[in-house]
Amino acid sequence: MTKNLISQNRRSFLKVSAAAGGGMIIGFQIIGCKTENKLPDFVGPALDMPESWNEMNAFVKIGENGVVTIMSPNPEIGQNVKTSMPMIIAEELDVDWNNVIVEQAGLDTDNFRRQLAGGSQSIRQGWKSLRETGAKARNMLLQAAAKEWDVPISELTTDAGVISHKSSGKNGGYGSFATAAASMEIPGEVTLKDPKDFKIIGKDTRNVDGLKIAMGKPLFGLDIQREGMLIAMIEHPPAFGMKVKNVDGSAAKAMPGIKDVVTINCEPEGFNKQWSDVNAFPELVVIVGETTWEVMQAKKALKVEWEETSSLESSNDHESILADLVSKPTAEPARKDGDPEKAFAGAETIVERTYNAPFLAHNTMEPMNFFANVTEGKAELVGPIQTPEFLRKSVASLLGLEEDQISIMMTRMGGGFGRRLYGHFAVEAAAISQKVGAPVKLVYTREDDMTQGTYRPAYKVTYKAGLDADGNMIAFHVRGAGTHGSPVFADRFPAGTVDHYLAENHAKDSNISTGAWRAPRSNFIATAEQSFLDEVAEVAGKDPIEFRLALFDRAIKNPVGERNDYDPKRYAGVLKLVKEKSGWGQEQSGIHRGVSAYYCHNSYVAQVLDVEMEDGLPKVKKVYCAVDCGIVVNPEGAKNQVEGGIVDGIGHAMYSALTFSNGTPDQNNFDRYRLIRHSEAPDEIEVFFVDNGIDPTGLGEPSLPPIGAALANALYKATGTRLYSQPFSTEEALLG
Amino acid sequence: MANFNLNVNGENRQVDVDGSTPLLWVLRDHLNLVGTKYGCGIAQCGSCTVHVDGKVVRSCTTPVSTIGDSKVTTIEGLSEDGTHPVQVAWLEHDVPQCGYCQAGQIMSAVALINENKNPTDEQIANALQGNICRCGTYIRIKAAVKSAAKYS
Ligand code: FES
Ligand code: FES
Repeated sequence: MTKNLISQNRRSFLKVSAAAGGGMIIGFQIIGCKTENKLPDFVGPALDMPESWNEMNAFVKIGENGVVTIMSPNPEIGQNVKTSMPMIIAEELDVDWNNVIVEQAGLDTDNFRRQLAGGSQSIRQGWKSLRETGAKARNMLLQAAAKEWDVPISELTTDAGVISHKSSGKNGGYGSFATAAASMEIPGEVTLKDPKDFKIIGKDTRNVDGLKIAMGKPLFGLDIQREGMLIAMIEHPPAFGMKVKNVDGSAAKAMPGIKDVVTINCEPEGFNKQWSDVNAFPELVVIVGETTWEVMQAKKALKVEWEETSSLESSNDHESILADLVSKPTAEPARKDGDPEKAFAGAETIVERTYNAPFLAHNTMEPMNFFANVTEGKAELVGPIQTPEFLRKSVASLLGLEEDQISIMMTRMGGGFGRRLYGHFAVEAAAISQKVGAPVKLVYTREDDMTQGTYRPAYKVTYKAGLDADGNMIAFHVRGAGTHGSPVFADRFPAGTVDHYLAENHAKDSNISTGAWRAPRSNFIATAEQSFLDEVAEVAGKDPIEFRLALFDRAIKNPVGERNDYDPKRYAGVLKLVKEKSGWGQEQSGIHRGVSAYYCHNSYVAQVLDVEMEDGLPKVKKVYCAVDCGIVVNPEGAKNQVEGGIVDGIGHAMYSALTFSNGTPDQNNFDRYRLIRHSEAPDEIEVFFVDNGIDPTGLGEPSLPPIGAALANALYKATGTRLYSQPFSTEEALLG
Repeated sequence: MANFNLNVNGENRQVDVDGSTPLLWVLRDHLNLVGTKYGCGIAQCGSCTVHVDGKVVRSCTTPVSTIGDSKVTTIEGLSEDGTHPVQVAWLEHDVPQCGYCQAGQIMSAVALINENKNPTDEQIANALQGNICRCGTYIRIKAAVKSAAKYS
C-alpha cells in the first residue's frame, strides 16, 4: 500500500488516524518548516517528507527518501512509550533515529497486540515482538537489495538506514529499496542484534512530542474541536450510595447556549460489563450545550433529587471496620510457612505495629473527558484511554454495534496513573452522543473528576516480627485489610527469608468505587513494610541495610518455601548499589537518612533519602535511587520516570488524602486536596541503573512504592517519631 | 452577551460572550487556542496560566470583561517555532512526562525569567509554587529554568 501525504515536518506532521471513520483528523497542526528552523541541534533536524510511503508492516512505513514512520501502538500517559517503543523497532530496523517520525496508532487489534497502558508492562511485553518487527522490516529491505544487486543476502550489512555490499562497494539507502521491499516475503524467523551492538537502545532520546508540548499544540483529548461538536457535562449523585430520583432540567435548559438536559444509563439491562467498567454512578444527568463555560453554568442550575440506595459511608466507619478486621485472624491464611504461633511464643522480642493510609484520588492534571460521535451503524471515539480494547467491547454492548463498527483513537493523556483504565467516561460520551444525535465532547470538571473516582482504597496493615536473642528475625506475621481487597502480597519479601511466616488478607465491601492507582497495593504496602523493617532492625540493634541484606542472603542460600515472588540477588543488588552510591554510614551534620527497597512490576528499586529540618519542617535534600529494570531503553526518559515516581510518592505519603462524610468526598478540588508542589520536591535526585543486560521490565510505577518508607525512616531520624499513618504532614511531629 | 475586542498574542480578536466568561474558556472554546489548559477552575493548579500585560494570571478565574485593552499572551504566543529561550530549555532538559501541566509551568517560568535571568532555587520554587505537576517533573523544571537564560 502506498500513501501520499502532504509535505510535513518531522516534529510536526499532520496526524491522520489509522482507525476507521474516514479521514479523521484531530486538529493536529503543521508547525515550523525547514527553512525557518532555528532550534538547537539536540532537537534533531527537520525532515523533508517523501512523495510516498511504502508499508513494510503495520508499524513501519518508509518513504522513497529514506524517512521512516514508526507507529507507536500503546496509549501514552506520560510514561514515554511513544518514544521508547518506536526506539526498539528503530534499533532492529537499523535506521538513524533522526530520520524517524513517530505516529500514534489507534486501536487496531488486527495489527497490534496489548494496546494497553497498565502494570508497567508496555516495554516488558512489547520487547521481543517490537524487536522482531524492526528486524523483519530490515530483512525485507535486504531481500530487495540482494535481488537488485544480485548478491547473496548474507553478504549485506546495514548501518543507519544504508545497505552496503562490501566486496562490490555498493551502497544504497533504505528509501531506494522501500518500494521493492514492501512486496517481499515477510520472513518467519529473524536474527536479532546482540545487545552490545545497540545504537539507539540505551541512548538518551528526547520525548517525540516534546516540541509540541512546549508550544502548546493540541495533543490531548480535552483539546479536540470538531465541526458541530457539542460540549457535554455530567451531574452525578453527591454521595456514593445514591442515585438519581428526579430531574428538573427546565431552568438549566433555558440558559444561554444550552441544547438539552437528559439522563443516561450506561449499564442498561443486558449490558456486557468488562473489568474496566468500574463505575459507581451508571445513571447520570447530562447537560449538553455549545460551550464549556455555558454548560458549567447550567450545571449549577440543575435541580436533581437523589435517593439513597445503600449506606452512606464515612472515613470514621472505614477506620473502625479496618481496625476490627486487622485484629482478627482470617479463616484461611494467604500463606503460612513453619509454625508462626510457636515461634512467636518462643521469641525473645516481639515488635508489632499498625500502618494506615487513606483513599487517594488519581488527580490526573487533565480531567476525564472523551469525544464521541455515534451515527447510524457507526461510532467514533477519540480521547484519553488506557484500555481502548475493553472500551470498544463496552461501547459495542451499550450501542448494540459490532466491534468493527467502532473506531477508537487514543490521544496523548494528561496523566493516567490507573484512572483511565476505567473508561466509563468514554462509555458515557458514547451514550450521550447517541441520545442527543450529535458529536459530543464530554468534559468532567475537576470536582466531577475528584468526586467520581476509582480511588486508591483506604488500607490498614498490622505487622508483627519475632526476634531471637541475637536479633535474628525468626517469625513474621502480616495481616492486611482494605476496601475491596487487602494490600498484602503474601509471596513477596520478606516471605522466603523467615522460617515461620504468616500472611492474612481481609477485604471490606464498599459502595465507593476503587481501582488501580499507580503501583496498586504496592504504593501503600511498601511504605508500611519498609518502615516496619526499619523499626525491627533498630530493635534488633542492626544497621537497616545490613539487616535487609542478611534476609536476602538467607533467601539466596536457603529460601523458605517455593512461591517467592522475587529474585533475592537482584533485590540485594540494588540495596548494595544504593548503599555504595549514597555513602551510607557516613554521618553528615544536619542530614537525616532513611533507606527503603521494594520490588514490584518486575523491577527492583532501592532508595536512600536525605532530609534536613528547616524551621521545624522537613526538607528533602536528596534522594539516591538504584534501579534494576534490566536493559534501559531510554536512560533519560527512564530517569524522568524514576524522578517522577519519587516526587509523586513523597507527595502522596506526605500530603494527600481523600476522606468521606456520609458518602461524600470531603475534598473536591486542589484547595482541599493537597498535592506536592515545587518547594516540597527533593532538591536533587540521582538515579543509578544496574547494568545487567537482562530483558527490560517496567518503570512507570516501581520507583513510587518504596519512597514513602525512605521518607518515614529519615523523618524518624530527624524527629524521633515513627510515622504510622499517611499523610505524614498531619502528624504532630511534622506540624512545624 | 457582549462583544469584546481582545489583544491576544499580538492580534486583535473579537468574541461575543457573556462578560463573566473566564479568559480560559474564551481562549479555548472561542479562539481555538487550546494550549492553555483547564485543571481546576479555581486558581489552584496553574494549568491555565497566561500573561496579561506580562504578568502571570490564572485565566480560569479571570473574567473576560476585566481584560480591556491589556495584552494577553498565551503559550502559542511565545514563539512561532518553539524557539523561545524557555521552550528551548524545556527541550534541552526533556522536562515533560504527560505534558499537560507544562504550558502553565512554561508561562510562569517565562514571567520569572523576564524579571530575573538568574533565579535561585528558592525564587524558582516561589514563582512556580502555583503550578502543580502530578507527574512530578519539578526537578527538571528547576533545571530548565536555570538554563533558560543561556538561550536568550
Ligand atoms: S485551571 Fe486555572 S489554576 Fe487550575
Ligand atoms: S507533566 Fe504531567 S502533570 Fe506535569
